Amino acid sequence: MTLDAEHGLHLYREMLRIRRFEERCVELYSAGDIRGFLHLYIGEEAVATGVMEALTPDDAVVATYREHGHALVRGVEAEALMAEMFGKVEGCSRGRGGSMHLFDADRRFYGGNAIVGGGLPIAIGLALADKMQRRRRVTACFFGEGAMAEGEFHEAMNLAALWDLPVLFCCENNLYAMGTALARSESEVDLALKAASYEMPAWPVDGMDVVAVEEAARRAVAAIRGGGGPHFLEFRTYRYRAHSMYDPELYRSKAEVEEWKQRDPLDAFAAHLRTIGALDDDVEAQLEAEVAGEIDAAVAFAEAGTDEPVDDLTRFVLAGEAP
Amino acid sequence: MTATAASAATAGPAAAGTVRTTYRDAMRAALREALQRDERVFLMGEDVGRYGGCFAVSKGLLDEFGPERVRDTPLSEAGFVGAGIGAALGGMRPIVEIMTVNFSLLALDQILNNAATLLHMSGGQLNVPLVIRMTTGAGRQLAAQHSHSLEGMYAHIPGIKVVAPATLEDARGMLWTALEDPNPVLIFEHGGLYNMEGELAADAGPVDISRAVVRRPGERLTLVTYGGSLGKCIAAADELAREDISAEVVDLRVLRPLDTSAILASVARTHRAVVVDEGWRSGSLAAEVSARIMEGAFWDLDAPVGRVCAAEVPIPYARHLEEAAVPQVAGIVAAAREVVDAGG
Repeated sequence: MTLDAEHGLHLYREMLRIRRFEERCVELYSAGDIRGFLHLYIGEEAVATGVMEALTPDDAVVATYREHGHALVRGVEAEALMAEMFGKVEGCSRGRGGSMHLFDADRRFYGGNAIVGGGLPIAIGLALADKMQRRRRVTACFFGEGAMAEGEFHEAMNLAALWDLPVLFCCENNLYAMGTALARSESEVDLALKAASYEMPAWPVDGMDVVAVEEAARRAVAAIRGGGGPHFLEFRTYRYRAHSMYDPELYRSKAEVEEWKQRDPLDAFAAHLRTIGALDDDVEAQLEAEVAGEIDAAVAFAEAGTDEPVDDLTRFVLAGEAP
Repeated sequence: MTATAASAATAGPAAAGTVRTTYRDAMRAALREALQRDERVFLMGEDVGRYGGCFAVSKGLLDEFGPERVRDTPLSEAGFVGAGIGAALGGMRPIVEIMTVNFSLLALDQILNNAATLLHMSGGQLNVPLVIRMTTGAGRQLAAQHSHSLEGMYAHIPGIKVVAPATLEDARGMLWTALEDPNPVLIFEHGGLYNMEGELAADAGPVDISRAVVRRPGERLTLVTYGGSLGKCIAAADELAREDISAEVVDLRVLRPLDTSAILASVARTHRAVVVDEGWRSGSLAAEVSARIMEGAFWDLDAPVGRVCAAEVPIPYARHLEEAAVPQVAGIVAAAREVVDAGG
């Protein structure tokens, strides 16, 4: 795939938005503005960025608790995301979800699911609804490689293949299920091979290369939309930061982390953009300034946000009831 | 449970315009009506199609509505309950059948972590209009992995509604109302009721899923119950009547949210109550009902609230042991006598 400069810059910008957004989240976490769990996507930005390029606004996205990036590049406003992190009523889940439960029904962004594997059956149902209503939409379902040890993963794969459903399974293989390395949790570490046993096309993709991700996702989505049934992509990637803010990282070496950083999806892609003349210092500075401006505005919005009245605590437990 | 006792419990209209039917057939008529009325409705579960339903509830529906809408699933409770949630989010109105309440534990993650939480967790954006039907209860010698009554456990969970049809009217009428509800509704069908036979109004249709109902008026005490124990309570009330003890029988019908005011109103009249629940006693629905009576009608009470619950054992196979493990008419009568004899 030849990359035109404009699209290349767009991809780079999307990845940069995720990284800078999350770096700011770390600062805000240290300052106490964000609490609870905070699972960072830093290092994995190419995956969400590339996959979202292949989707239309009509498609659906089901993500995990490491989903700030997915929400951001899916189009959820940075303001609404940051306000959610702050627990404010202006947040995308009115402050009831937090970092792990970002939702946006208008953008068909279905969370924000923090039970590993628990989002997969929901993706099956969204796709089933599309199929039964004869809509040519695709449901993209993100999950980590850790989910592949869960029963719900296998049930969902079987149902998707059995019923020929329009689902794109996006496995983000960052090699660690919290602290448990892939080889310590899977009998077969070739995850695409494992997925292929469900009779669906499955292949591995370099998850550090945004162009490779986009290309694979476009190919799979086109096949799914054309009636080709579910597809599985294993994105080989790496999480630089701790699992969450409480992780002392006893399970991996600093050298290993440094090794992966040599393949950083932003640095590598920026270098490539420079070689094709799409990026220079001025453009980079301008991008950084624009992204910083977006995040500053998001933080200001969150800081100015309001707390939902405690009287409204029990709103939204049941639909159709007076508050 | 006897068929006559149960049919006596149904407060149907005059015999003219009634049909003789069973709980199973009433439930099937409800499914058929739902599939006819709304093309978004579909039924899915293990063996609901070709097999005709484990308890023959959906027998014949596959031929009528086809395999898309009467959808057999693999043995994947978490998978197909989750798929029901997703399909509901995607604009369908799924009816998911789980063979028995014990199997529903394999889908508890989906029910509790997703169906019950999505609306609140998303700040009001995503409601889940899903109906889950399942069989519950003992009495068929199916032992400890097919006989439990866990509806009280589900009634513990905010974000879902839980109903228990105990009569032909409710078997016929609760499903449509549940489908029209914007929330997840769990319907618990006691396995001992499917063969219950009686008269049902020919034009029987949707019923409310918000109120408890007095199935038999009385004066000396209130028997609060639901589901498979309703017939036993009616039979117990018949026996108590022969001893000149007039017992009122309240059928909860809806286990969440509980119709507390109906319970309290009855207790305010009778001043005594026994709660009959096929769930285990500790942390049971009966415990909740008892606590609400204490909180809301303490000064109306002439005696402590009694409870008749399942023994705290896994339900055993042998008939005599199974019978001893769950509420029976004699035990309900004894508990009622004790409450009537106690206090002032």
